[in-house]
Amino acid sequence: MIAESTGLARKDLLGLEELTAEEIRLILRTAREFREVLDRPIKKVPALRGLTVANLFFENSTRTKMSFELAQKRLSTDSIGFAVSTSSVKKGESLRDTAQNIEAMRVDMIVMRHSESGAPRRLAEMVDAHVVNAGDGCHEHPTQGLLDLYTMQERFDDLRDRRVVIIGDIAHSRVARSNIHGLLKLGAKVGVCGPPTLLPMGLPELGVDVYPHVEDALAEADIINVLRIQLERMGVPLFPSTREYASLFGITPERLENAGHEILVLHPGPINRNVELDSRVADAPGSVILSQVTNGVAVRMAVTYLLAKTRLEAGHGAL
Amino acid sequence: MTTLQRKARIMDAHRMRRAITRIAYEIVERNKGTDALAVIGIRTRGVPLGQRLVEQIAAHEGEAPPFGYLDITLYRDDLQTIAYHPVVGPTSIPFNINDRHIILVDDVLFTGRTARAAISVLIDFGRPRSIHLAALIDRGHRELPICPDYVGRVVPTARTEAIQVNLSETDGEDVVYVCDLPPLTEPQS
Amino acid sequence: MARSDLLIRGGRIADPAGDVLLPGDVLIRDGAIVEVASSIDADVPVLDATGLVVAPGFIDLHAHFREPGQEWKEDIASGSRAAVAGGFTTVCLMPNTVPALHDQERVRFVMARGREVGLADLRVVGAATIDIAGSKMAPLGEMAQAGCVAFSDDGHPILDSGLMRRILEYAGQFELPVVQHAEDTGLTRGGAMNEGVIATRLGLGAMPRCAEDIIVHRDIALLEITGGHLHIAHASSAVTMDLVREARERGLQVTCEVTPHHLFFDENWVASCHYDANYKMNPPLRASSDRDALIEACIDGTVDAIATDHAPHLPDEKEMGFGAAPFGVIGLETAFAAAVTVLLPHLSLPRLLRLFTTGPARVFGFDDRGRLEPGLRGDVVLLDPEAEFIYDVASSASRSRNSPFHGQRLRGRVVATVSAGRLVHGGGNRLH
Ligand SMILES: [Zn+2]
Repeated sequence: MIAESTGLARKDLLGLEELTAEEIRLILRTAREFREVLDRPIKKVPALRGLTVANLFFENSTRTKMSFELAQKRLSTDSIGFAVSTSSVKKGESLRDTAQNIEAMRVDMIVMRHSESGAPRRLAEMVDAHVVNAGDGCHEHPTQGLLDLYTMQERFDDLRDRRVVIIGDIAHSRVARSNIHGLLKLGAKVGVCGPPTLLPMGLPELGVDVYPHVEDALAEADIINVLRIQLERMGVPLFPSTREYASLFGITPERLENAGHEILVLHPGPINRNVELDSRVADAPGSVILSQVTNGVAVRMAVTYLLAKTRLEAGHGAL
Repeated sequence: MTTLQRKARIMDAHRMRRAITRIAYEIVERNKGTDALAVIGIRTRGVPLGQRLVEQIAAHEGEAPPFGYLDITLYRDDLQTIAYHPVVGPTSIPFNINDRHIILVDDVLFTGRTARAAISVLIDFGRPRSIHLAALIDRGHRELPICPDYVGRVVPTARTEAIQVNLSETDGEDVVYVCDLPPLTEPQS
Repeated sequence: MARSDLLIRGGRIADPAGDVLLPGDVLIRDGAIVEVASSIDADVPVLDATGLVVAPGFIDLHAHFREPGQEWKEDIASGSRAAVAGGFTTVCLMPNTVPALHDQERVRFVMARGREVGLADLRVVGAATIDIAGSKMAPLGEMAQAGCVAFSDDGHPILDSGLMRRILEYAGQFELPVVQHAEDTGLTRGGAMNEGVIATRLGLGAMPRCAEDIIVHRDIALLEITGGHLHIAHASSAVTMDLVREARERGLQVTCEVTPHHLFFDENWVASCHYDANYKMNPPLRASSDRDALIEACIDGTVDAIATDHAPHLPDEKEMGFGAAPFGVIGLETAFAAAVTVLLPHLSLPRLLRLFTTGPARVFGFDDRGRLEPGLRGDVVLLDPEAEFIYDVASSASRSRNSPFHGQRLRGRVVATVSAGRLVHGGGNRLH
């Protein structure tokens, strides 16, 4: 019997901006099947036995790294982590050196987190291995964007014409960018909300609405994605204080109540409790914030699986 | 999709119904009822076949054994070599399989690799008391030490042939054909 | 020296002062032009210029040769080779070496190294402040005596308004220009490319155009009270062009240069190059409307010179990620072709050549070069403005490879370069 033939016709996952809506839907559909695997007594399948994955985290991120590692273990890959300490990054290893080392180790897939926007893209062009962007600078965090989409779809089957507002530091957020591209491709209406100092130029050109006031955003939103806020970037404070931020933009039960309709609240974690998100919201009975974490593993399994398939197809295509 | 040249019709709707009914009887007989029995279809055509078996057993015994289905994509041993992207399908086993007698159902038994993968899936779900295999067609050419416990019909085939099972649920009719695989005109890449 | 006698024969002479190409020969004796006429005979080596355009050697107001201190990127020898390969016989070097060129010894050292190498005439732009740190004025007078041609903290702006005022005033007594790298760094900190939707999409730190406009505006305001000569380095903004025009109309001595890369590329290239840091420079590639304004300003004469801002960095230094990579690109060998490709549809060749010859000569006060006239330096280039080629940076004489022009189809080739009467690049098969 000949199976249906669909897949990601690409070597790498670098961002949602370059994916088609169909590719995004394929990943989300596949993730649904992997989500079921996570509820099995034995949460491991032999699908990618023999695939070697290197997790290159040039920037600390315990959660994303764990989620990728778990996804890989569930698929029976051989995974190795490169402990790239911040000090060695400061000394400066060029991406070409990294690429040559990885190639020499005959790795099939690289998961890369880097403080520089575009670093995974550069690496991807230098190596034959698949590259999965696990967050690059202020550019994209595609698997986070996908797991957010997945979580939103669990509540609203179809995101078309749903109003999603991303709240926080849009300028420096890779999560915001991946959300914007993914949501627009799935037909959602996307808005952003935050202090003007945290909104980058050109948002309307991207097709994004700007809400200066959080109350206006909540009045129209079906879903909000609340970003983790940082007072300073490179020593420069971007707003006067976290207390002021909380009072102007913090998501509280009262603000949600005033919106007058139900709003699904997402947060990529880790939460600054009672700054961008009130604990009472984060811990509310219907909160999906922990589902996001579980969904993240399923989405990363789907991405790993679908990309690895393209390698297998190109490399060993005998019937 | 590869186009298959149908050359013989080896089972029509009537014979198929009889085969399924017979298998259902055999299952009940050998298990002495439906106690601790469960049926699991292997996606995709093992699913409607399994459901029909459950219906037949229920009609006979007055009680339907629990039913589930599984997808073997992630357990295939040829993922490293096949040239297309198998779509990962859903698996649903909404009951505890521990200490149950499981009847695995597939449409065609061929190399045995699908059955092997399905057994691996099951074992990751728990520890059944036994696993038995039911197939509508056994076409031979086993590559693994796997032997069906219930068979609708044994059909000797050549490796250059294929068995096409059409079911009303998925294909609009109940019929089984023997087909010729198209000759390989290009070297395999 | 016998080798500095040369007769360049059979070409078409482009006199930047005029607007036409006329067949003619150029005779150089002892490194200086002695005759330019329709037909010359002399008992000296002959360089056959048949089919080529003969023009004055090019003058670059802005290059970084990294010696002393960072010779792995470039040194005076490799930089000189790149210069003459690009037709440049005079190169003015910026002082941001390690250590900075902020006193007469260092100025003399670089000029002496240039003479030792003996390819192009290397001149020095002295540091405006000690260690180009932007706080204490460097000994401008002593450096002027040592032969430096202008003052600048290039790489950095002279940010403090009081200090900039004093430097403009003080430099004025030597009649030397102050070259400003116009960037309000409070607006560009952490930036990597022009601010706008592309920077937002790519997640790259943004450098708003007004960071340049503000400093140009301020410096012109200062010039009103100080007098003297302000030269805007690597102007990249449409607003800068308007400000320069307007200031000149009011009689202020303001000049400006643009780079070949700002004329050729705009910020869209940063998106299409997939984070290739060879498209990262300071000022960054701007919007296409800015690029249009720069081209327009080259046509209407607002731009005095095309200057390369040749800034070598090694591949590994550029491959640290776009944000972390150093700013700057090499450009000596592609400057003429880039200018021809972009400007020749709008400008005659002689007028285009002004931007490489008489224009920069006027800005830095060189009165012994930039034209083909008896008595001037025997600096001559032989050009084929029709030649099309795809630029391969591997062919570069520079120690570095950071060119955004790699793989670009360009038009206009420098066939041979004569520096003070000596053939220093190409043309070997034409020498008889
Ligand atoms: Zn500069």
